[in-house]
Amino acid sequence: MTSSVTAPARGLHRRVLDNGLRVLLVPDPAAPVVGVAVHVDVGFRSEPEGRTGFAHLFEHLMFQGSESLEKLAHFRHVQSSGGVFNGSTHQDYTNYFEVLPSAALERALFLEADRLRAPRLTQENLRNQVDVVKEEIRLNVLNRPYGGFPWILLPPVLYDTYPNAHNGYGDFTDLEQASLDDAAAFFDAYYAPGNAVLTLVGDLDPDETAALVDKHFGDIPARAVPTRPSFAEPPPDGERRESVVDVNAPLPALALGYRLPDPQADLPGYLAHAVLASLLTDGEAARLTQRLVYGDELVTDVSASCGLMGAPLDARDPDTFTITAVHPGTVDPQRISGAVDDELATLAAEGPDPDELRRVTARWASSLHREHDRLMSRMLALGSAELVQGRAELADELPGLIAAVEPSAVAAAAGSLRPDQRAVLTVTPGGAA
Amino acid sequence: MTGRRSAEEIGSTPTGPRDLPPLGPQRSVPAPEEVDTVLGSGLRVVAVRRPDVPMVELRLRVPFADTSERDDSAHAAVAEVLATTILSGTSSRSRVGIDDDLAGVGGEIGFSVDPERLSVSGHALAEGLDTLLDVLADLVLAATHPEDELARERERLVERIELASAQPSVIARRALQERRYGAHPVTREMPRPEEVTAVTADAVRSLQASALLPGGSVLVLVGDLDPTDAVARVDKALAGWSGGQAAPLPALPELRARDLLLVDRPGAVQSQLRLSAPAVGRTDPRYPALQLANLALGGYFSSRLVENLREDKGYTYHASSSLELDPHGAVLSVETDVASEVTAPALLEARYELGRLAVVPPTDDEVESARRYLVGSLLISMTTQAGYASTVAALAAHGLSSAWVREHPARLEAVTTDEVAAAAAEFFAPTRFTGVVVADAARTGPGLRALGGVEIP
Repeated sequence: MTSSVTAPARGLHRRVLDNGLRVLLVPDPAAPVVGVAVHVDVGFRSEPEGRTGFAHLFEHLMFQGSESLEKLAHFRHVQSSGGVFNGSTHQDYTNYFEVLPSAALERALFLEADRLRAPRLTQENLRNQVDVVKEEIRLNVLNRPYGGFPWILLPPVLYDTYPNAHNGYGDFTDLEQASLDDAAAFFDAYYAPGNAVLTLVGDLDPDETAALVDKHFGDIPARAVPTRPSFAEPPPDGERRESVVDVNAPLPALALGYRLPDPQADLPGYLAHAVLASLLTDGEAARLTQRLVYGDELVTDVSASCGLMGAPLDARDPDTFTITAVHPGTVDPQRISGAVDDELATLAAEGPDPDELRRVTARWASSLHREHDRLMSRMLALGSAELVQGRAELADELPGLIAAVEPSAVAAAAGSLRPDQRAVLTVTPGGAA
Repeated sequence: MTGRRSAEEIGSTPTGPRDLPPLGPQRSVPAPEEVDTVLGSGLRVVAVRRPDVPMVELRLRVPFADTSERDDSAHAAVAEVLATTILSGTSSRSRVGIDDDLAGVGGEIGFSVDPERLSVSGHALAEGLDTLLDVLADLVLAATHPEDELARERERLVERIELASAQPSVIARRALQERRYGAHPVTREMPRPEEVTAVTADAVRSLQASALLPGGSVLVLVGDLDPTDAVARVDKALAGWSGGQAAPLPALPELRARDLLLVDRPGAVQSQLRLSAPAVGRTDPRYPALQLANLALGGYFSSRLVENLREDKGYTYHASSSLELDPHGAVLSVETDVASEVTAPALLEARYELGRLAVVPPTDDEVESARRYLVGSLLISMTTQAGYASTVAALAAHGLSSAWVREHPARLEAVTTDEVAAAAAEFFAPTRFTGVVVADAARTGPGLRALGGVEIP
């Protein structure tokens, strides 16, 4: 079964293979390079209890060889074809991708198909990658200031249920207990072709490429696609506060977490929050930057983000709007949250100035142009939009949608960030102790 | 649970292993339209037409070295404050006015300094090129560094330096620079907080007037533009910028082989290993072979260091070797971050791989893989406006043009396996290296002492 859709800006061809694999073909002849990405519909929110960090550990295992490829062969074949590769684990999906000179298109399809069909899961590789992941966590979390702030530390304050609250990097004890049977069960449950999207972008011919996709992915047997659970939980019924000590941090820090609207049910409301984040902290003239950094001089830096992992539309509901600040020890964090509440109340009452809004949307347009100039970024945005939001076109339409956000919608978004429905996390330096 | 497959069953199919498809034909692309010229002020301007998206990228590189030859020089601190407060206002724009004008054309502009240069990176929607240039000219010619803004920025900068100084990677970098170059200005990548606190507005204004100069500087524009027209716009917008030659970095002292220095970081759960040795830069005939040898050691994932330290031993998340280029030469840097308990074993393996590269040189396959990766990743890095602009700016700072990049694949193709072996033997012998280990000395000291070649204070 094949269907094609064309997006307004550049061609976007959509197909579904008989085994259920969804395929996006996006010709972009600007440069003689191609990108291949597989987005699988499982992230760290789906990992079992007692196996925190397993989705990410499993991502590592997918690089450790497959039926036709010895350990290390995947890396070597991508790089010796002139390409670059990576993978990453998010709340609701895991991606695997490479960008290469266009001569290597078929080779990249072969490499991705081989591991989606028959990854080589061995005890030796599992133990080795548990060690590697532990070093990754030491590097990014345990041995540095503000490690995991706020993406690991804030969710347990804002959320109650295991999927939303637990640490997606994982506890060392859980990682050490991960077994080969866990890996086999995880692959069988989640890595069915019908649970993935294959995205191809770049210097390619859609018909020839479609034939190559069939050749390499077509004989992966269909398997049952898991029912996607709802991770919904009620919003917090008050202000929830927690405090942690960071032995590496030189200054205290504060994170505020709020619930975002469900982008599936209320995309305009969600995007108004994305615009709000920019109005608050993007650039010297942004409202919270002006107030907290230059006006009241309460913080060293402040940043607002629509989405826990830094990019909007990266997760399904529920997702998190964050405001984080690093501040001198002499400043009471209550003064910072109080000033944030003031600024939000002003925006909610008066809305943004139309010129201010126009400047924010111009910056958005330009940042999206720059992101899409990079084939890897555009490919990943298309693939995640298709998988998570159900429409790859969203990635290309975003500048227009952002530009269409009305001042009243931004005011409503500011009003929805209520002090009595949020998480407040304070980080205290513990190095001197 | 019935019907669930075992790991072994998952890893094989009735068809069995399949053959890797060959590479197809590779399309080449013509060089983009470019103007590369020097204005009357001595400013070199490179404008490149890359209309893929309706944007323009701007890079300005001004040689900005400390020429005082004093150990107590305030240059690094004054320069750092300058790069922060230059956006605080001009004679005609406030701080907010600067940001508003840029935002109106989807623009951003950022200043940074290092011991070698002052760098400006900016971009805007293509239709906003004149605004971007106008703001740049205003900042370069008429920044006021107001007292009150400066006092506040100084405090913020001190806080940021304290933040950065808590990062193990920053601690290791500072220790490595001092181990390599002693008190040379190149070591002053980040000023000390007390030096920043002492910086006055007069010192900042005086440095801007005397050192932010067009002669020897380069401005790069890449994007949806007409190169000739873009150069004319630059000439007009920066007409008032004159005054002579900017100050290049003095030559670095020769890097000497020495024991590694153990730097204590009590309580650390991970150790930073940093090793370094002299190398040669882009214009040396041995450079392409050195690049390939470096790749084989640790310049990419499919390398001996990564396959040993990470994929075999599980000591680390990353291990790498790279070439750090400066206007006068280059050095090799090998680095990895490892768990405290395997610090000495990881250093043993790193030294082993250095020695092995020197005496068991890269095979034909290793050389060919490295060659394909370098040619391909160079192609990929040049496919974005931002990547193209940064590459051209970096080359220009070394007196090279975009032709160097276009010709480099041919240089790489010409290198023989014997030439790579010669470069490996010449540059990678472990006895040529110096460096640092940043670690919890109580936990790692005994192992490192047993291993030797580490100075333990």
